[in-house]
Amino acid sequence: MSKNTPLHQAHLDASAKMVDFAGWDMPIHYGSQISEHHLVRSDAGMFDVSHMTVVDATGDDARAYLQNLLSNDIAKLKTQGKALYSCMLNDNGGVVDDLIVYFIHDSFYRVIINSATRDKDIAWLNRQASAYPNLSLRERDDVAMIAVQGPAARERALTIFADGQRAPVESLGRFMAVEVGEYFVGRTGYTGEDGFEILMPVDEAVSCWQGLLDAGVKPCGLGARDTLRLEAGMNLYGTDMDETTSPLISGLGWTLAMSDERNFIGKQALQAELDRGVQQQMVGLVLLDKGVLRNHLKVVTNDGEGEITSGSFSPTLGKSIALARIPAGITGEVEVEIRNKLLKADVVKIPFVKQGKSCI
Amino acid sequence: MSNVPSELKFLSSHEWVLVEGDVATVGVSDHAQELLGDLVFVELPEPESSVSAGDSVAVIESVKAASDTYAPVTGKIIEVNVELEDSPERINDDPYGDGWMYKIKMEDPDEVNDLLDADAYTESIEEDD
Repeated sequence: MSKNTPLHQAHLDASAKMVDFAGWDMPIHYGSQISEHHLVRSDAGMFDVSHMTVVDATGDDARAYLQNLLSNDIAKLKTQGKALYSCMLNDNGGVVDDLIVYFIHDSFYRVIINSATRDKDIAWLNRQASAYPNLSLRERDDVAMIAVQGPAARERALTIFADGQRAPVESLGRFMAVEVGEYFVGRTGYTGEDGFEILMPVDEAVSCWQGLLDAGVKPCGLGARDTLRLEAGMNLYGTDMDETTSPLISGLGWTLAMSDERNFIGKQALQAELDRGVQQQMVGLVLLDKGVLRNHLKVVTNDGEGEITSGSFSPTLGKSIALARIPAGITGEVEVEIRNKLLKADVVKIPFVKQGKSCI
Repeated sequence: MSNVPSELKFLSSHEWVLVEGDVATVGVSDHAQELLGDLVFVELPEPESSVSAGDSVAVIESVKAASDTYAPVTGKIIEVNVELEDSPERINDDPYGDGWMYKIKMEDPDEVNDLLDADAYTESIEEDD
């Protein structure tokens, strides 16, 4: 029996093609994945992301707990409402999950983790909590979440807020969040576009969705969400990194706060990997020949083999692109093996697309 | 409910065949394009190549996945739809018209009798659902 979000009927009413995603019956598209992708790059689209897992960490120990748990340092969060992207690692430096943590106040942090990893993440969060008596962890399965993304997303989304609530949302800085009434609004996302991620009580979800529809925001499925995040060069957990890969070989070195005194789970293993020399790198690939790059295809370089971790077609560029883990130091041109043929691809810096514009 | 024209023959793997004399025009069904979603790349067979019924001769790729498609009959490829190289979305927009993939000059036109008619194909896709 699959799980349904509070917006399930709204998706069916909009003729969504539904698929199983980590046990949830979710919309993959509402007709055309590519049209939905273009809409988010040019105007605004919305995604039901209520399947994602929200956990509130509260209490006097919340800060110390998260400083031990996360490889990025929440001490960077100086302003209430500020968000931080981080991984949580195992002792070997492998990635248990990636997440966003919002600093609400000194004894209240909100953590948003992946839905596909919910069970193991909750077990991991609880296991690490035992040393912190003044910590309370609460999974918020009473909230739904809608991501509104695109250059016109903020302007359109502002119309759903009552007059007294609009100003704090309108003035929200990037990677900041604010509570307005029963809503929690973050200026964050997973598409490379501006926009909001809006959390609300489950029973508010349908009216929020309808309000956004009325504001001209079209629903978009998880298919477009995946090509948008790939163009934006954002990792997908379980595909681009997992418990066997460290952030250092997953393009996530920038999320590690290694230099200070703070210890965190996995830090020793990361330091050892740095001392030995990091052997692989995550890069972007753009296919020069015709075809489509796919997950797990072999990459042939002049210094050994690599592997595509996420490959697809980029609707914005009209070309196939991929994230790939290849030997460190490789630049220029490589080959990708597709159906026993070697096709040429360029190694590029990610992102591929930023705010609607090609970066390659 | 997807469109299954009665004048065509089908494979259960979702290829359609239009038979005119000893020439078979081949594409993929409306149901197949619906399942695949937006197509972004088509790899067509080489013109003049010989193919046997059941051979994997073309690959169609959607945003999500690559799918093999199979020759419904034996013979020689006499024409391919080169328009698909730049506009694979023609298969989504018009699977039984502009979205045709290739034409085979059949060695044995009786092979057509082994293919599914529209009713049998409709039944096979209903079973899949």
